[in-house]
Amino acid sequence: MLHIVACIKQVPDTKIIKMNPKTNTMDRASAPAILNPYDAHAVEEAVRLKKRYGGIVSVLTMGPPPAVKAIKKCIELGADEGYMISDRAFAGADTLATSYALTKALEKIAKHRPIDLVICGKMTIDGDTGQVGPGIARRLNIPPLTGVKKVVEINKEKGYAIVHRKLEDGYEVLQSTLPCLFAVEKDINDISFAPLPNMIKAARYQPTIWAVDDLEGVDRKQLGLKGSPTIVSKVWAPPKPQGGQLLEGGAPEQVKQLLSIIFTKKELFQ
Amino acid sequence: MSEKFDCIVVGAGPAGTACAYELAKAGVNVLLLERGEYPGSKNVMGGVLYRQMMEDIIPEFYKEAPIERPIVEQRFMMMDKESALTFSYKGLEWAREPYNNFTVLRAKFDQWFAEKAVEQGALLVCETVALECIVENGRVVGVRTDRPDGDVYADVVVLADGVNSLLAKQLGFHREWRPDEVALATMEILKLDKGVIEDRFNLEPGQGCTIELFGDATKGILGTGFLYTNKDSLSIGVGTLLSGLIKHKIRPYELLEYVKNHPMIRPYLQGSEPIEYLAHLIPEGGYHSIPKVAGNGVLVVGDAAQLVNAIHREGSNMAMTSGRLAAETIVMAKEYNDFSEGMLDQYRMKLMESFIGQDLKKYKDATHHFDKFPQYFEKYIPMLNRAASQMFTVDGTSKWEKQKKIWRDIGSVGEKFKLARDVMKAWRVMK
Repeated sequence: MLHIVACIKQVPDTKIIKMNPKTNTMDRASAPAILNPYDAHAVEEAVRLKKRYGGIVSVLTMGPPPAVKAIKKCIELGADEGYMISDRAFAGADTLATSYALTKALEKIAKHRPIDLVICGKMTIDGDTGQVGPGIARRLNIPPLTGVKKVVEINKEKGYAIVHRKLEDGYEVLQSTLPCLFAVEKDINDISFAPLPNMIKAARYQPTIWAVDDLEGVDRKQLGLKGSPTIVSKVWAPPKPQGGQLLEGGAPEQVKQLLSIIFTKKELFQ
Repeated sequence: MSEKFDCIVVGAGPAGTACAYELAKAGVNVLLLERGEYPGSKNVMGGVLYRQMMEDIIPEFYKEAPIERPIVEQRFMMMDKESALTFSYKGLEWAREPYNNFTVLRAKFDQWFAEKAVEQGALLVCETVALECIVENGRVVGVRTDRPDGDVYADVVVLADGVNSLLAKQLGFHREWRPDEVALATMEILKLDKGVIEDRFNLEPGQGCTIELFGDATKGILGTGFLYTNKDSLSIGVGTLLSGLIKHKIRPYELLEYVKNHPMIRPYLQGSEPIEYLAHLIPEGGYHSIPKVAGNGVLVVGDAAQLVNAIHREGSNMAMTSGRLAAETIVMAKEYNDFSEGMLDQYRMKLMESFIGQDLKKYKDATHHFDKFPQYFEKYIPMLNRAASQMFTVDGTSKWEKQKKIWRDIGSVGEKFKLARDVMKAWRVMK
């Protein structure tokens, strides 16, 4: 019986979010909150592993009360249990403080039921750092396996996992001890269409919610804004790509022009 | 493992949500299914929400619900190509509690209403399509959805699945609607500054106005156009019977473009920016088209039961009241543990005794009459415009002479008799 914990986050849908042109920050009210798409793949993979090896899938998130919705989404995907840490003391956390808070919650979950595998999305679409997963692994002192695009085998008895890690020019096959942490790529799986009983369970589901005081051995200095050494010195929107060149004329004429451009700017195509 | 509920409501529009709300409040274990991503994501109406029927369900809802503006003025424009005869009623009693009606945006309002039903204890499941009713031994016992392990059971199923109601159709409760039983409405939401709206429509801050458009707004095809004020947007749309569109070979969006560019309308829209485009069918068959609404283990509410008063553009209120009456019936049926057609038919009786049955009966022939005799919209509205123009143009002609001209404009003696007859006939179908 595996106990897999997926760490997830509710994020604004950055596909449709608007930027505040004055402060260059995201106008979070302008986009609906969704489950971070990478995390959906993490939960899906956890559920698939549960089906393969048997076990329990828990999800953990840190966020304000409305983030319960993201946990419900995970229950729809097939997760068994949901935990949320929610407290003003967590607010304003960077990746360092976030991984600290999540680690404390994982320790509490592990007390109740030892954890074999922590699984995260590669990164969130609002922060794009990909630091929280490895941060958790470091704090739990377990191996972080990033860029996981396939889980080949998990053997709890012998205490190892074999995965494929995505590289720039292919993938590597890697064996790790258990417990460990996976940060998964989007192409690891396709999200399944949730069965109706899961939908009904999710509609009813209320996760376990912990405040700071419910966690043990917490150093408050490492939480929230106080525990976040990251300084955002400047934020700017990326410059809009300059529109290319529109070729005109008949097809043979355009082909001629195109070939000459490719030839004169050949360094762009190497 | 399939679960069994006391009741499954299919569709989280005003009818389904009202029904689920009332059931949950009465302690009934109810599942509310919605195919959209969230309630309201697929729902469309012009935008007028009636206060009374909503308050029958949630008293003083307007203090909390996402409404746009309370309506203080209702205008009616009889339009010709370059003119309009307008009458209106504005009353400040509508600007105060308890108000008369409001403009709303359905995507926001329906979501809020469904949340209220969930607070009462209804279980809401979205992004799930009900494919058919599960029928065993001649009674509906549940619903089959498009999801894996998608069967779910209940003592009674309420079909609030909208105008086409495929589920009721599969049960044989109604046939495919004829083109003269449904209207097609297309509309746009146009962003416009709050202050500009209030100046343009002569409103105090926060107040709203509705304009109904007849005649040339629909190029004389039986139907209406509408222009409603929201908080910081306008809703403009046009709806005509499907049969009219077919007969005139005109596409619905052409009609919408036409009314948006009409010289009587264009100035209202100046400087606005389209942010949403919507279209939907409206059941307008009226009294004669009401299908079977109760069967063994099943009830039909709202648009699915053709409950729309096209003459007074009322529909959402009828939907809510029908949902509430269905809930009352189910609570009673539960007490007797009898969900047979005989018991559930109480709903039909309640429906017919209520304002819904009464109003639909009153106008039972109205739409059909105006559909059959197109001269009202095609001929008489332009005639009225010409009469007004004649009477109010000061050009040295005596008023007696002007009256004579207006009288001559009607046409030959035969045509004058025809007009008189048509007025009588219209009175008869509307009275």
